[in-house]
Amino acid sequence: MADLVVQLQQVSVTYGKTHALTNVSATFAPGAVGLLGPNGAGKSTLLRALLGFVSPDQGAMSVLGLDVRAHPREIRRRIGYMPETDAHIPGMNAVTFVAYCGRLAGLPAADAMQRAHEVLFYVGLGEARYRNSETYSTGMKQRLKLGQALVHDPDLLFLDEPTNGLDPKGRDEMLALVQDLAHNKGVNLILSSHLLPDVEATCHHVVVLDKGRVATHGPIAELKGPTGRVFELRIKGDLPAFVDVLRAHQMDCHGTDDDVMRVFVPAGMGAQDVFGLAAQHRVQVRHLRPSVPTLEDVFARAVGEP
Amino acid sequence: MPIHDQSYRRYQGVRLPVTGAWTIIAAHGLMSFLRRRAFLAVMVAAWIPFVVYAVRIYFAANFSQASVLAPTPDMFRQFLDNQGFWIFIVTIYVGAGLIANDRRANALQLYLSKPLTRTEYVAGKMAVLVTFLLAITLIPTILLLLLQVVFYGSFAFARANLGLVPSITLASLVDTFVNAFVMLAISSLSKSARFSGIVYAGVALFSHAVFGLLTLITGGTRVAWVSFIANLEQTGDVIFRVAPRYEVPAAVSFIALAALIIVPIFILERRVRGVEVIA
Repeated sequence: MADLVVQLQQVSVTYGKTHALTNVSATFAPGAVGLLGPNGAGKSTLLRALLGFVSPDQGAMSVLGLDVRAHPREIRRRIGYMPETDAHIPGMNAVTFVAYCGRLAGLPAADAMQRAHEVLFYVGLGEARYRNSETYSTGMKQRLKLGQALVHDPDLLFLDEPTNGLDPKGRDEMLALVQDLAHNKGVNLILSSHLLPDVEATCHHVVVLDKGRVATHGPIAELKGPTGRVFELRIKGDLPAFVDVLRAHQMDCHGTDDDVMRVFVPAGMGAQDVFGLAAQHRVQVRHLRPSVPTLEDVFARAVGEP
Repeated sequence: MPIHDQSYRRYQGVRLPVTGAWTIIAAHGLMSFLRRRAFLAVMVAAWIPFVVYAVRIYFAANFSQASVLAPTPDMFRQFLDNQGFWIFIVTIYVGAGLIANDRRANALQLYLSKPLTRTEYVAGKMAVLVTFLLAITLIPTILLLLLQVVFYGSFAFARANLGLVPSITLASLVDTFVNAFVMLAISSLSKSARFSGIVYAGVALFSHAVFGLLTLITGGTRVAWVSFIANLEQTGDVIFRVAPRYEVPAAVSFIALAALIIVPIFILERRVRGVEVIA
């Protein structure tokens, strides 16, 4: 397990009386790993703990094989952090800002400036690199934050909600960058997001956090794996009662944005069993279609969403 | 095929030891102020008293009619005293935004995600303010002493007042560091440079006004310890071995100044963090 990029053992973090993380144990494999969870699940706290911004009350953490408490400086030299909130160093244009971040990370001045130009072109700010970063749009600021995290060529990137505040086009472009970094450039990254499609589009593995605890973790393909089948279901009749009936028969179900439910049917059962139960409880099936398990299903099952 | 691939490339160059990150912060801070014309005008104005004193020494050395202006150890004390106004101005101009602006821009989490410690961050910011304050206190005062030697063509005065260089150095350092610690701590409390400047001015001027009021009420200056400015003056007098101007014991003023360094260290320790924890 020496090639794990991050390991956490029984990590707990509290802010006053609030338990942000409770006995979190997880491992992050090389490549792109999603850190998924609803707002307030503890994702940002976890990243901040790994960066040394907050000290855990208990537990052990290691990043790139180095203990977080013992080697914080060496760890921060080898990681890049793209924070969730808008962040820049005031009074600088983009290229100066990114070069400055490179120098703080240990690059010689000339190399830092050269890398600053390169990463700004890479993140799509080549033409705007001499503009004061305070005049940037939200999308440009997000790219700039990615640029400063990349300038020193980190071994591991922490991306905290990188698509926050982006329009659909900007979001697609940001995800394409993340995907390219992880899949083509060999950069290990942890993508923290509450947006399932973002994680599904870019990551192989996922750690799902809920209320400060690990709800589930593992390779996405495995978590979505063939432990049963998923159906889209719409009925006419007493919906809450029928949901209880399905659950009583080990068929987990949760709602979606429209009136279609997603029903997880365990291995050995199928559509006929759903029809059978509907007939038995005088519920009319209006729509029943086999579906493909998505990360959303994994997430819903993990956090126990209704 | 493109001539130059503008895609992301892994870095193959050298990496420097990261123990000197504070010097990068300091160098950047210094350059950012030196590029501002308004700031350069303030610094030039802060050196005008030096020119006046230099002319005085020149006349005293070269014209017997002006011998009444001959430099004395007390003259150097007076010069540093006069620079108090410019220390006040430069401290606000440079120091108010040093941390406040970073807090406004959420830059602390960027800084502290790099391989530097909170102490190095504060050291880098403090070096900016300390450098400019020493540039208007220690450097011109030592230069005045050198001009005395040059204009008189003799080391007699310097030899007769061997304690002057340590006194000038110590008094300048005390003035500089007390002001720098207080200003940085106030700057770390706010996201507004303007607000930080106002609070610093308030602390300095209000405490002196309270001292003035208490002096009127009590009829003495034993309460000088309440004034930020009076404590610096009293300590300066002791360092230059001239008669202290206030009745408050020098030890009390020393303790007050020590508190003005210890309390800011505590505030900076609480406020300079990668993440603001609101429990």
